[in-house]
Parts: sequence; C-alpha cells; structure tokens
Amino acid sequence: MSTALRLSSHPGLSPHVRLAFDRVRERHVLLGPESVLVLNPTGAAVLKLCDGRRTVAEIVRELGRQYDRVVGDEVRDFLARLVANRCVEFGDD
Amino acid sequence: MTSPFGLLAELTYACPLHCAYCSNPLNLADYRDELSTAQWQRVLTEARELGVLQLHLSGGEPLQRRDIVEIVHSATDLGLYTNLITSALGLSRRRAEQLRAAGLGHVQISIQAAEAAESDRIAGTPSFERKLTAAHLVKELDWPLTLNVVLHRRNIDRVTDILRIAEELRADRVELANTQYYGWAWHNRSALLPSRPQIERAETTVRAARERLRERMEIVYVLPDYYGQYPKPCMGGWGQRQLTVAPNGDVLPCPAAHALPLPRASVHENSLAWIWEESPLFQRFRGTDWMPEPCRSCERRELDFGGCRCQAFQLTGDAARTDPVCHLSPDHGIVVEAVQAANEAARPREEELTPRPHPGRSV
Repeated sequence: MSTALRLSSHPGLSPHVRLAFDRVRERHVLLGPESVLVLNPTGAAVLKLCDGRRTVAEIVRELGRQYDRVVGDEVRDFLARLVANRCVEFGDD
Repeated sequence: MTSPFGLLAELTYACPLHCAYCSNPLNLADYRDELSTAQWQRVLTEARELGVLQLHLSGGEPLQRRDIVEIVHSATDLGLYTNLITSALGLSRRRAEQLRAAGLGHVQISIQAAEAAESDRIAGTPSFERKLTAAHLVKELDWPLTLNVVLHRRNIDRVTDILRIAEELRADRVELANTQYYGWAWHNRSALLPSRPQIERAETTVRAARERLRERMEIVYVLPDYYGQYPKPCMGGWGQRQLTVAPNGDVLPCPAAHALPLPRASVHENSLAWIWEESPLFQRFRGTDWMPEPCRSCERRELDFGGCRCQAFQLTGDAARTDPVCHLSPDHGIVVEAVQAANEAARPREEELTPRPHPGRSV
C-alpha cells in the first residue's frame, strides 16, 4: 500500500466502494462511506477494468482499443488519486 | 437545479444517551408520531428517483427502530449506499449480522471522550466499553468503520488519545467535529466552547497524525465555526446537495433548520420532488438572490453561500443575515464576545454541563 502505483501494479476497487450507474444523472458513480464521486465516461471505463488482475499497462492498452487517444500518465494519475482517497487498492508483482 | 446527493434520515429521536450538546430539537414531544416502515420506504424510493445516492441513517439512535434492518434492505434494493450513524448501543452481534446481510455499507460509531469514565459521564449512561466492543464487531464483519467524536472544551485536549483509540480499533475514518451551537448545545455553549490555545494544540496534533496515518486512516477535523475567519458552506449550500427527513416526516434543507420561522414541508403532504424543487422552504435561501450585503457582492458568495442560516438566526434572530462567524459580518461582534469569554484566563476548564433529558420510545 505504501509504494507508488506503477505500470506493473494490479489495481482493484477497495472492498468499501461500489461502482454503479446512476440513471438519474446518467453517469457512473463511485460510492463509498459518506462519499460520492460522479465519473466521466473515461473514468468509468478505467474503473471497470480495475479487477485486481489486469496491470495498469494492460488497462491502458485495453482502453486504447475503445478510445482514440489514451494517455498512460493520465490513467495512472487518475488511479493514483483514487488510491490516495482509498477508493482503489493495488498489488505489485 | 442540482439533484441532491445525500438524504439524512432521522428515523427516531429516541436515544439512550443524554449528551449535553445534542443537536436534536428541544421539543422532542412534537416528533413522537414517527413515519411507519412503509412511509420510510416510499421516502427512500422518491429520494432515489430525485438523485439521492447516499443514505445516512441517524436519529436519535436509529437502532431504536425495530424495522431498521427492513429499511436498510429497501435502501440496498434501491441502490443507495447506506451509512449507519449510531451510539452503538443496540448493535448486538445478531443485529449487526442482519444489517450486514441487508447490505448496510458503513458504520459510524460515536464515543464521547478518550476514556470510559469521562465518555460515560458525557453520554450520561455507561456505554464506552459497549461502544468499543461494537466497533471491534464492525471491523470483524469487514465493514468500513468511522469513529466520531464531538469535540469541546472538556475533551479536546485528549485528541492524541482519541486518535490512538481509533488506530487500535483500525478505524478507516475519524471525524473530530467541534460542537455546533444549536439546540441543547446552545444552552451549554460557555461550558463547551474551547479556548484558542486548545484549538491550536488540537490542530497541531491532527496535522501530525494525518501525516503519520496517511494511507491507513482519513482524519476529518472540523474547526468550531466561532474560530473561523469565514463561515462554512453549510450543507454545501441551502437545498443544493442534501436534505433531511425528520422522524415525523418533516423535510428540511439542514437538520437544524426546524428552528427557523419558515413554512414547513412534510412527506405527509407533498412528494419529495416537489419539496426539493418547488417548496417555499427549499427555495428560501437557495442560490445567491436572497443575500444581503456584505454577502451579495462578496467574491466568496458561491463558496460559502453566506454560511449557516441556522447560526445567523440563533445569533441575530434573523435567518437572512450574513452568518455572524464571518469577520465581514456586521454582527461579528457577537461571536468575538463569545470567543473572548472562552479565553478569559480565569475561566475553568470544566464548567457544569446540563445533560439532555431524553424520553424513551413511544412507538
């Protein structure tokens, strides 16, 4: 937990949060203890791939198939912020 | 207009504790006619349709409702994330397991001080050891745990010990919230308001602990409004993000707003959507059009929304004035005076507190 997120890390959602689709806002949301994060479509796409098995590098590659322009650093920064909020956990090889 | 994110469901005002800073209304007898299970289920359904995602189950003591498991079950089915805000009295292993199975997302347990005797004295009932037992149970059942402590003059010097307890309990979050001076707390304000050196020491402790526990525990620290330069954006703005439903079905933009001389809104009479979107109560202080100077021309008007309407009413008798905690408020002298009194050298650390008498359950 204390090391930085790397391309070889395997991120997964913390067991305390839930990824859900809010029909009212027509957005995916990340729900945790007393917190709501409304996600944009790219953020939702990243989190759907965070299954604790794929590496960050694999997630970036997979997103590249869905979207024209995927910047690896942006994906990693997004996930690192969620790690800091304790919404995402990760393991390393 | 934005959709609300959170609903604070005050299921009952019945409570086994007698805290001298209780934030519930003074006239509890008016709230004995509580919503039924089916009525709460309708409120939750309407809340989800309106956009609510977070349900905060509170009171009083929400575990005093016999239908709490059923209510949680309905909330889970609707896709709401559920938070139980409890004294932990009544959280037996059996009840906890039922709530876990019903999908309860998170448990927040209060303690009143850093050690049993003082915590029990403030709570007005032996409870500290039971709270710790319940907190262990919460972790054992793999729930996220928040430890909540209301801070004031008598316990704020023990923040280090409070954080040590939180660490031992493996709490995921700690909320150290200084007392808000409404309701019963207003009566005890002079005995509860800390001095400036007390506040500064607590802040230093919290800063160091945040650094040390960064990846293990989130520490929420709420400064007393009276020591802030600017007011807080109360509830994220009136009718912007949150709503409260009281035990009798009254709907409020903030749990303290029952005290304001405004038209009522109730789930007995209207849908939650109408109340949120159209009711005079929710329109009254929404946005910035209602603002007097100095708020109206202030560059912070969309940051703090003029502060807390209930505090403005409590301190000036007019809910439409700038929150007097703001140093720009023409009424700021009222707050300066209270702060000066709290900082007089001769002021004892422990003045007498008047505990809150709490009636038992009536339903």
